[in-house]
Amino acid sequence: MNRQIVRLTYVALGLVGALVVMTTYWQTWAAAGLADRQDNAIKRVAEFSIDRGLIFSWKPRKRLARNIERDVEQNTLFFRRYPYGPLAPHVIGYSTVGRSRTGLERSLNDYLTSSNANLSTLVDKALDELRGKPVEGNDVVTNLDLEAQEVALEQLGTRCGAVVVLDPRTGKVRVMASTPTFDPNLVENNFAQIERIEADCRPAAPLLNRASAGLYVPGSTFKVITAAAALESKKFKPESSFVDPGYCTVYGKRVNNFDTSSPFGTVDLVTALTYSVNSVFCNIGKALGAKRILETAKRFGFYERPPLETPTDERQASGLYQGGRLYYPKLDSDVDAGRMAFGQERMLVTPLQMAMVAGAIGVGGRLMEPRAVDKIVGPGGKILLRQRPTLIRQAVSRETADEVAAMMRLAVARGTGTAAQLPGYSVGGKTGTGETGVPGANTTWFIAFASRDEESPAELAIAVVLQNQSGTGGATAAPIARAVMQAILP
Amino acid sequence: MTARNRELGGVLVAGVIAGTALASVTIARESEISATAVGYGAVFLGLYLAAHIVVRRTAPYADGALLPLTAVLTAFGLALNYRLDPDDGGRQALWVLIGLGVFAATLIALRHDYRVLESYRYLFGVAAVFLLLLPSVPGLGERVNGVKLWVAVGPIQFQPGELAKIFLILFLAGYLREKREVLAQGRLKDFGPLLAIWGAAMLVIVQTNDLGSALLNFGIFLAMLYVATGKVLFVAAGLALFVGGAALLYNAIDRVHERVTIWLQPWTDERVICVLNGKLEFRQDCASYQLVKSLYSIANGGFGGTGLGEGTFTSTDGTQLIPALGTDFIYSAIAQELGLIGAAALLLCYMVFVARGMRIALRAQDGFSKLLAAGLTFGFALQTFVIVGGVLRIVPLTGITLPFVSYGGTSIVANFLLLAGLLLVSNRANSPR
Repeated sequence: MNRQIVRLTYVALGLVGALVVMTTYWQTWAAAGLADRQDNAIKRVAEFSIDRGLIFSWKPRKRLARNIERDVEQNTLFFRRYPYGPLAPHVIGYSTVGRSRTGLERSLNDYLTSSNANLSTLVDKALDELRGKPVEGNDVVTNLDLEAQEVALEQLGTRCGAVVVLDPRTGKVRVMASTPTFDPNLVENNFAQIERIEADCRPAAPLLNRASAGLYVPGSTFKVITAAAALESKKFKPESSFVDPGYCTVYGKRVNNFDTSSPFGTVDLVTALTYSVNSVFCNIGKALGAKRILETAKRFGFYERPPLETPTDERQASGLYQGGRLYYPKLDSDVDAGRMAFGQERMLVTPLQMAMVAGAIGVGGRLMEPRAVDKIVGPGGKILLRQRPTLIRQAVSRETADEVAAMMRLAVARGTGTAAQLPGYSVGGKTGTGETGVPGANTTWFIAFASRDEESPAELAIAVVLQNQSGTGGATAAPIARAVMQAILP
Repeated sequence: MTARNRELGGVLVAGVIAGTALASVTIARESEISATAVGYGAVFLGLYLAAHIVVRRTAPYADGALLPLTAVLTAFGLALNYRLDPDDGGRQALWVLIGLGVFAATLIALRHDYRVLESYRYLFGVAAVFLLLLPSVPGLGERVNGVKLWVAVGPIQFQPGELAKIFLILFLAGYLREKREVLAQGRLKDFGPLLAIWGAAMLVIVQTNDLGSALLNFGIFLAMLYVATGKVLFVAAGLALFVGGAALLYNAIDRVHERVTIWLQPWTDERVICVLNGKLEFRQDCASYQLVKSLYSIANGGFGGTGLGEGTFTSTDGTQLIPALGTDFIYSAIAQELGLIGAAALLLCYMVFVARGMRIALRAQDGFSKLLAAGLTFGFALQTFVIVGGVLRIVPLTGITLPFVSYGGTSIVANFLLLAGLLLVSNRANSPR
């Protein structure tokens, strides 16, 4: 029987050995993946014993997230408080026991809890643990301009929409407002109050960051990209002339201008963008083909999630959507290029993306990575991470960008965007009205950049979107852009 | 150095481990070394020294590693149970005391020749089946988590399955010793007993919904059958029958079905119907809540662990995050607080225990002793595998105890019986003639 017993020994030891292997797997290989899971209550609760890093605004420097200490059964726990409540919960997010985390609280959790793999952080953390002190997290300084953020929220008021302001030279996000907003202090214990929030749109979705995850029909704001694509193709020049009959025929169907009563007659590209003439862009679209325009859109960052520091699933990529999924046509004939050229035809964009487009046009075609975070500072004051301006790519040539910028300046000077004029600054903008066919349910847009004069690069870029409007982008969104720009410019 | 002196040294080391573990739990709890922790350590050492003396008197030639290993395992169990719930820790200490008493009594009673047990083999067989089916007797059995494992008579509760395992091994050792030559010929009619025991295992699943105990007992049977006959064919046929039967039951019994579903897909990306409240929930928030939280607990330990008493098992308001932490999920508590190093050390103790047990089987001279030692040791290893493997998602999770570590009286007493059996076989095998 001894041979059998020896073999059985191998089996028995193999069984227990498999336990060692699997324990190793869960504790090393799979540990990081499990720690990131949203339902990981163990990790989440364990992190409440850490004196979490604070989150600051850029100007004025205020604490947007702080901690309150509470003793629970011999343990000191740190709970989050957000002194500015509903001011910027979509960027900052929240950190709770019951509902996990969102926003920067989630994506920068490793820094905020000092569990980032940085040698000096690890040493500090080990020392804190040995001394029996709570581990101190690292502080995050954002790029948010608190006063402008406040103005943006006031301007949006009870309407559903979003405002994004960037410094297009560096990509720093100065304003990221989304309405309806919510008070992150209520998430832990009074979540029902947030669920009851009502607004002009259904669902109200107060938790959604409309600025980076809301997808909207771009309407005429997309003409900026079509114009850039037209100039880049060398087939068209700003002075290329078109005859506007008041409509354009695509696949045998008439597509009307916004106002069909008075056709423009013979116009050049500059005038077409200034007054947002659909038929001209429709014909440009047909001449260029959908893929050429989409390639230019891609150069501006479409078809990828803008690389902001917020969690991936709180950002959406802009582009053509089909059945709820991002869709890139194989053939030109798969897409109605005429309608796409002026922002219809399954094209969906985020306000963040459109602010990036306006910004790149305003600074000679340089598309910068958007940055919500300025720097991350360790407990000793040491800067662990400084977000430096990063160029994504030269979206279009300098000449193309400057020519489109000039057209956008004209649109504000005497075209559809006159409501956004700012004394002392040269503003270039583009309005947009995404018609849904239901009266009073238009999505209205205004995207713009502002510079000292026509020669200097833009100092800020803005995108404003409003849901369920009965007016045009020029009448509803442009005044908001003006007020927010005024708040931020010196 | 004789086996007994090695044992004495080992018991002293185990006493130091127990004292240190208990002290660090109290330090984490009260931020000071309390005299009680040192006292507990001393009492623990005293109990095992007494057991050591009994072994010295009754089984002087027995293996010297098993008692210290048991002491280390119970030290793990006591420290963790005391850390999770001081009241449970106290009761567990009482059970260790009772277990050691039963251990000493068994050694004393059977010190001359344990092989008398062989003649009672059929009595053990009947008793094993009786005990296994006892929880499904109406009025006696108690359902815990939908599985009938417990029997309650007045205030006393016990898990008869734990004792049934020992009785089954005694029966099989006697029965297979007698029939092994006949069985080894592999005639068709000799498959009868095999089929009968397979049928009994399936009946246990149907009656108690307890996949784990069926797997454990049937696995022990196959292992002992293999040792007795050397026929791999028997094992293959038995495994095929078991898997086939379990697959049929998988579809027939909701409880088994649910356990397997949880095992295969603990996380869902979409909400599924939650049996517990009838709403749509992610499975990780409903049926597989316990398993998933336990995996998070293990992962949170990482390489070095959080330290004894520093792990996270409760929410910020003090509610328990992992149900049944002290019994079924004690391993995930150990893995979090002691990390990979501590969990591997614990598993290493089990491995050495198994290796020593199998060595005893090899050295035993008669068939009954060989089968008994091999069966007891394999049962010990398989039980460890089934519960820890369930916690680690290697096999579907079933509620059985981790030998010597989980909170639970019956389990502690049954495993001390197992230890006494191994020491008796070892003593006889090593004694000079």
